[in-house]
Amino acid sequence: MKLLTTNFVKCAVKACDSSADSFPLKYEDVQLVQEEQDFNPEFIANMLERLDWAALLKVAADLGNTSLPSHKPDDVDPTLTENEPLLRDLHSLLLETQITEGKMVCGNCQHVYHIKNSIPNFLLPPHLA
Amino acid sequence: MSRPEEIAPAEIFYNDSESQKYTTSTRVQHIQAKMTFRALELLNLEDFPHYILDVGCGSGLSGEILTEEGHFWTGLDIAPSMLATGLDREVEGDLFLSDIGNGIPFRAGTFDAAISISAIQWLCNADQSGIDPKKRLLRFFNSLFASLKRGGKFCAQFYPLNDLQTENILGAAKIAGFSGGCVLDDPESKKNKKYYLVLTAGRSERNINLENVTMDAPETTRKLSKKQIKENETRKDYIKRKKELMKKRGKVVANDSRYMARPRKIRF
Repeated sequence: MKLLTTNFVKCAVKACDSSADSFPLKYEDVQLVQEEQDFNPEFIANMLERLDWAALLKVAADLGNTSLPSHKPDDVDPTLTENEPLLRDLHSLLLETQITEGKMVCGNCQHVYHIKNSIPNFLLPPHLA
Repeated sequence: MSRPEEIAPAEIFYNDSESQKYTTSTRVQHIQAKMTFRALELLNLEDFPHYILDVGCGSGLSGEILTEEGHFWTGLDIAPSMLATGLDREVEGDLFLSDIGNGIPFRAGTFDAAISISAIQWLCNADQSGIDPKKRLLRFFNSLFASLKRGGKFCAQFYPLNDLQTENILGAAKIAGFSGGCVLDDPESKKNKKYYLVLTAGRSERNINLENVTMDAPETTRKLSKKQIKENETRKDYIKRKKELMKKRGKVVANDSRYMARPRKIRF
């Protein structure tokens, strides 16, 4: 699972829909892998608008990375060459960093979602479904 | 022709051998590719890379096409074996093991668009006790509506068992707030007929591509007044109506027979 996805995924339990604690999930015992991907500046700039930077900082801290800037870089034009280093950094952070194993915990209902072979298991037990 | 929906739930039907068979069959690959291209054509997306949700991605046959077209995607599926086959094939998108009837676990405004190839008819099944397909459909469409950005579009190819299923699916989508309808490809052919559900969440600047689609507006029949009904009724209808009325009033009325209201033979 890409790090980008962690910025969107939330608890699947219906009762947690209205809770602010169900996003972002808390990440524990995580194993990371760097996997090379094609660089696509347009997509990164596009997704940057949509990112919840506070959530990204929180997840990155869970994964042991506290070196991110505290504010979201805004107005990044993918066509300008001076923005390329920044976009490349974001690319390697968001798309190339993958979570292969680990646990995700919902802050509201404390349900644990396991990640195995980089596939998170979002199937709910019958009492939560 | 047997429907896999009638044999077992998706997570059991698509076991290791079945998902291997499904993924390596060139016929299935060809049909899936064709349907994915058609879904993308209906979605009419702009030229830049989008973030797309693939509902019921299976082993990523449709996802591969999204990657080829330059989009990034995330797939949901309930069958672990299908996802394992997808992992072996090293598809680009993220795979999630998830039951779409329990909702789509993404926060509001995540995706630009969503597609689904041959998946949502599974939602109409009740495989376990205590499962209500209507509730599951509603939960699916409600959470999908939330996870799409405003103006986001959803195109789903599906195989409905009958008209009732189509109606249920469309009804649930409407309740969730989607606008749109069903596109039928090859409506004359029994075998190649394909249903596409095309929905938009809110208003979009670029409409869905409805080229070569003939619109079938529902026929609006004007309600006739009581007087008009009376004027149009046949003699038999008239007798039936009167008999009904007399029965209601407690009178003894002759039983209905096929000879009722027939003209008599001319004797001379």
